[in-house]
Amino acid sequence: MGGQLIGLQTLAASGTETMRAALSAGGCSSSQCGSSDKPDSMSAEIWEKIKDHPCYSEEAHHYFARMHVAVAPACNIQCNYCNRKYDCANESRPGVVSEKLTPEQARRKVIAVANEVPQLSVLGIAGPGDACYDWKKTRETFSRIADEIPDIKLCLSTNGLALPDHVDEIATMNIDHVTITINMIDPQVGLEIYPWIFYKNRRWTGPDASKILHERQMLGLEMLTTRGILTKINSVMIPGVNDTHLAEVNRVVKEKGAFLHNIMPLISDPAHGTHYGLTGQRGPTHAELQALQAKLEDGTKLMRHCRQCRADAVGLLGEDRGQEFTLTQVPEVVSYDPSRRADYRALVSEMRGEHEAARRAVGETLADLETAPTCLVAVATKGGGRINQHFGHAKEFLVYEVSPHGVRFLSHRKTEQYCEGGWGDDASLDGVIAALNGVSAVLCGKIGDCPKESLAAAGIVATDEYALEWIEEGIGCWYKQISQSQQTRRSA
Amino acid sequence: MAYKIVTSQCTICGACEFECPNGAISLKNDLYVINPKKCTECEGQFDVPQCAAVCPVPKTCIPA
Ligand code: SF4
Ligand code: SF4
Ligand code: SF4
Ligand code: SF4
Repeated sequence: MGGQLIGLQTLAASGTETMRAALSAGGCSSSQCGSSDKPDSMSAEIWEKIKDHPCYSEEAHHYFARMHVAVAPACNIQCNYCNRKYDCANESRPGVVSEKLTPEQARRKVIAVANEVPQLSVLGIAGPGDACYDWKKTRETFSRIADEIPDIKLCLSTNGLALPDHVDEIATMNIDHVTITINMIDPQVGLEIYPWIFYKNRRWTGPDASKILHERQMLGLEMLTTRGILTKINSVMIPGVNDTHLAEVNRVVKEKGAFLHNIMPLISDPAHGTHYGLTGQRGPTHAELQALQAKLEDGTKLMRHCRQCRADAVGLLGEDRGQEFTLTQVPEVVSYDPSRRADYRALVSEMRGEHEAARRAVGETLADLETAPTCLVAVATKGGGRINQHFGHAKEFLVYEVSPHGVRFLSHRKTEQYCEGGWGDDASLDGVIAALNGVSAVLCGKIGDCPKESLAAAGIVATDEYALEWIEEGIGCWYKQISQSQQTRRSA
Repeated sequence: MAYKIVTSQCTICGACEFECPNGAISLKNDLYVINPKKCTECEGQFDVPQCAAVCPVPKTCIPA
């Protein structure tokens, strides 16, 4: 990693000045304004709730990290995309196993992370298993941690079956965010997704199972909405099963007050041992997923920045520091030190003002380009809203769409990491190029000549010319430059 | 008359533990086991043995 590319990771061992240096890219920060601008269409009250939640606000996900603890491994339904030897596939990546913890172990781990990772803002319980079914463990974990870190946001994810039983407690415990995975509103579609559920002391199969699940999901969503709890709906897109049906799901959940709707691709692999994996049910392609997301955009706000992450992941953006905080590495006795998180928050609110101003400025300058074509640009970032990651270290790219209408975040694209410590081999670079299909340019913190040439041969411009700039600013500058040079070429 | 858990297949999710009406299931050395002295096969309490109905792995909670 280049010396000037101070990662947010270095915040772990540093004071406010280093934090500032890392976030402001080495320069001194000229903080034009202290508060961050909320999007115009949102009420102040809601913005206050989501502004630090990386899964609910695209902007927050550049600055804040969430962590999960796996404390509730039991589940009351069976999904065809889940093999219960692994994590709950609804919020996590299928095929991974998380460290299972007791509520007390979870408390220790969260405090250890909060002391080390000042970006931490959200604690989620998202499986393996169902957080509402194994409610006692979920409740105990949340209450132990909220006692010590009162400003941490609590977030839970559920299949919805047991949700209505606990909504009142969810409200009194200040759990601000609930995710329900809703894959269908029609039991006939559900037949293909849920082989059985366990409800009222017996197992239900066939259309009954999906009908009960559906009714409970709708009831839970309505109860949450009435109590003002922000509810996100996750849907797994399963080609040939519910892909066309999801437009209807979108309409209904929006009607019932869902705040966000997130479409996740089915990840299906025989090696995961899931029903879908074993029967050859395929997941959607990038293009299919994006087409569906584009179609639903006018429905309830669609979240594009969510990825399925490990249930015990710790971190910001694509990074996962979970391995540094396994139970054996966490001290027996930990006490919470709020100072670093407080310093970091103060700093972020300053930076956000600048970032927002930069975004707006870019939007205005692009409007002059009128006729320039729309392009996709990929960015390598490790957080802070800047172009600051080495090409070879990027585990994923953030893809933006740029046009005279402005710069807009589209999606994450995961890559097999190209450079594992040393210099990557060509096979994995091919993988990166495939992942960047359709992208015109890659902006990163640093890139070597070899990969640059290979990318150029594939028709992708790669450059570190915009290193350390705000993402939108860098993309805007690049876009202006190529549009203008194309225009001069045309008129010459 | 009792049920048992085929430990080689068990995912240690614990669902059976809290569904069992008789507290017959507990974690011993990181494995779930059924205490045959406490297990009634749910007779007179439920139509089906609760552990078998909730267990996500087929043929894992079975008659001993
Ligand atoms: S709700 Fe989660 S844990 Fe339960 S079967 Fe579905 S994916 Fe698996
Ligand atoms: S439970 Fe879902 S929404 Fe909440 S922090 Fe985890 S991934 Fe984000
Ligand atoms: S059969 Fe019933 S009583 Fe016996 S272990 Fe299973 S749940 Fe408990
Ligand atoms: S429900 Fe089945 S898989 Fe889960 S702990 Fe009991 S026996 Fe094991």
